[in-house]
Amino acid sequence: MQSTAHLFKDNVTRALNDQHLQQALGHVRTKFIDKRQQAMAALPEFEALRDAGRDLKNHVLSRLDEYLVEFEGNVKKNGGHVHWAATPAEARRIILDICRSAGARTVTKGKTMVGEEIGINDHLAANGIEPIETDLGEYIIQLRGEPPSHIIAPSVHVTKDQVEETFRKVHSDLDPNRNLSEPSSLLHEARVKLRGRFIAADVGITGANFLIADSGTTTIVTNEGNGDLTQTLPRIHIVLAGIEKIVPSIEDAGLLLRLLARSATGQEMSAYTTFSTGPRRPEDVDGPDAFHVVLVDNGRSKLLGTEFEEMLRCIRCGACLNHCPIYQNVGGHAYGWVYAGPIGAITTPALIGIEHAAPLPEASSLCGRCESVCPVRIPIPKMLRAWREEAFERRLHGTRARWALKLWAALATRPVLYRLATRIGAGVLGAFGGKRGRFTKLPFTEAWTEHRDLPAPQGRTFMAMYRGKR
Amino acid sequence: MSERKRVGLFVTCLVDLYRPTVGFAAIALIERSGPYTVDVPEAQTCCGQPGYNSGDKESALAIARQVVTAFEGFDYVVAPSGSCGGMIKTHYPELLAGDPAFAARARTLAGKTYELTQFLRDVARWDGVTAAFAKSVTYHDSCSSLRELQVKRQPRELLAKVGGLSFKELPNGEPCCGFGGTFCVKFPDISNRMVEDKVANIAATGADVVLAADMGCLLNIAGKLKRAGSKVEARHVAEVLAGMADDAAIGEGQ
Repeated sequence: MQSTAHLFKDNVTRALNDQHLQQALGHVRTKFIDKRQQAMAALPEFEALRDAGRDLKNHVLSRLDEYLVEFEGNVKKNGGHVHWAATPAEARRIILDICRSAGARTVTKGKTMVGEEIGINDHLAANGIEPIETDLGEYIIQLRGEPPSHIIAPSVHVTKDQVEETFRKVHSDLDPNRNLSEPSSLLHEARVKLRGRFIAADVGITGANFLIADSGTTTIVTNEGNGDLTQTLPRIHIVLAGIEKIVPSIEDAGLLLRLLARSATGQEMSAYTTFSTGPRRPEDVDGPDAFHVVLVDNGRSKLLGTEFEEMLRCIRCGACLNHCPIYQNVGGHAYGWVYAGPIGAITTPALIGIEHAAPLPEASSLCGRCESVCPVRIPIPKMLRAWREEAFERRLHGTRARWALKLWAALATRPVLYRLATRIGAGVLGAFGGKRGRFTKLPFTEAWTEHRDLPAPQGRTFMAMYRGKR
Repeated sequence: MSERKRVGLFVTCLVDLYRPTVGFAAIALIERSGPYTVDVPEAQTCCGQPGYNSGDKESALAIARQVVTAFEGFDYVVAPSGSCGGMIKTHYPELLAGDPAFAARARTLAGKTYELTQFLRDVARWDGVTAAFAKSVTYHDSCSSLRELQVKRQPRELLAKVGGLSFKELPNGEPCCGFGGTFCVKFPDISNRMVEDKVANIAATGADVVLAADMGCLLNIAGKLKRAGSKVEARHVAEVLAGMADDAAIGEGQ
């Protein structure tokens, strides 16, 4: 996926002026947050579970290599194959090879963010293999030619009316006078369209929420059951997963499952939680003939042992997006690459380079709400600051801000000079603005006064008055 | 021998520059709340957040060392701000962790630093507010108070004692007001949407006054209220608690 993260400011302007988007984002602001709140209230041990989730993921990251090798051994024991992809290009080649050797013409897909990371859809299509997204949200945006704008709700930026418009345009074989006014009628139409695709597909590609080391099992959660159809009906099932998705045992997956749906949608569990352990055995009634797992690194292992390691705890629930005031206002596409919101603002620089994503860590008031809802307690604000530090050291931003900071520091470390400067500043501003109490316009403060008045100081500094009184 | 403890007031740059009343209100409150003597060290300026939050670690370190040196001799350090208080209490230990000369001192300082309402309730266990303020009031929790310092109950407990005051809880009070230090001028359009939401929620309470414990939030909220032509006043909570709310409210003419 071509990144526009470096154009974040332009993306923001467009997003704030997009009426459809602003209407669609209303759901994020209320629904997700309220439902998570209710789910938490119903589970008194939720905070303790978050601690346990954090500790589990930290343990896994400290022994990632061992668990991955254990997982590989068990997948093989079950009759499956494991492929290691260091880069997106390697992952694409591995998947294309598997599809080609099966003579695949169509591939159904369950939702996978790593699939977006490696750009698998475009690659398959460019090589004559048609990828079909089967998650309703993913299906909608595939028809619209858009990337997902949210980790778990990929089409959250689209209004119902826009979906209807898209369906009428793309499903041109259907009766143009059909009634699509209800969400359920849209759902039904997608279901009818997808049913034949599920049956015809040669290969099914899914992501994985967890990879279970001691059994070689992969796990996905969905609310639509599309993942099950994607992985059981075609002859070949390919699981595409980041290496950080590993957990030691099914009990550990259980712990994270308790956190995942509650944090994401406020559900106790997603409607479907599916475990895949190898290809179909002789006694199984269904399942694929071949089972492949493609483990993608794409820069993750480089984060181990660094100050950014903790972001690998992420279980992709989307809670940080839902609670982020920036995301709530600009939506996911403004972030310019695969991962949006706070987790995107720290992940994108890690995976594509801070030099290509420098505005993202800046776009936060560091309000900390993301960290306060993260099921595995990733210290996102701390990492935003760490990226800002790296950007500052590498001089990725303009010189004006740089000089302003240095000037402020020079003043702030010279209290006597600082007292003089602030006394003059407060005096001048107080004298000019005191009568009305505020400024509607003032040189060098346009970014502030464009949207709000600038209150005037009372006139004398505290320090001057304090000294006077003593 | 005197039992009085020495409290260093970290005035904060915004109170110093914008609203000295808040500093005097803080002194009055601390001294009323128990056997405390307040002093205001001359060597203080800023807590270092502009640099710290903008990636300029070198500047942040220089300022943090200055603050540690100026304040480590006190029994307590109090700031009329969750933001600056949080900087000293939660961020200094991490910022200075790699500096052998300052790491331990930063941790010690952090352990005795408090946001004003936190100090009044949790350290002084003060219950003696005598001020009166016959208005309906809502309260904005700053992000740093709420999420870095877990301060939420304290200002409400103190305000509950103010004579004549009727308290109206702010709906959807958890989100940021959009100030965020340099954020509000780096991303003015997003910041504006955030403060629009905050001001709409304030208006929905029907309160006459919005109080907060952080001048940054207050300048932002007051600026938006005034631009929108609202009659709602914005004040620092210390002014009301100390009975020093006679000055013009923030952004109001004299």
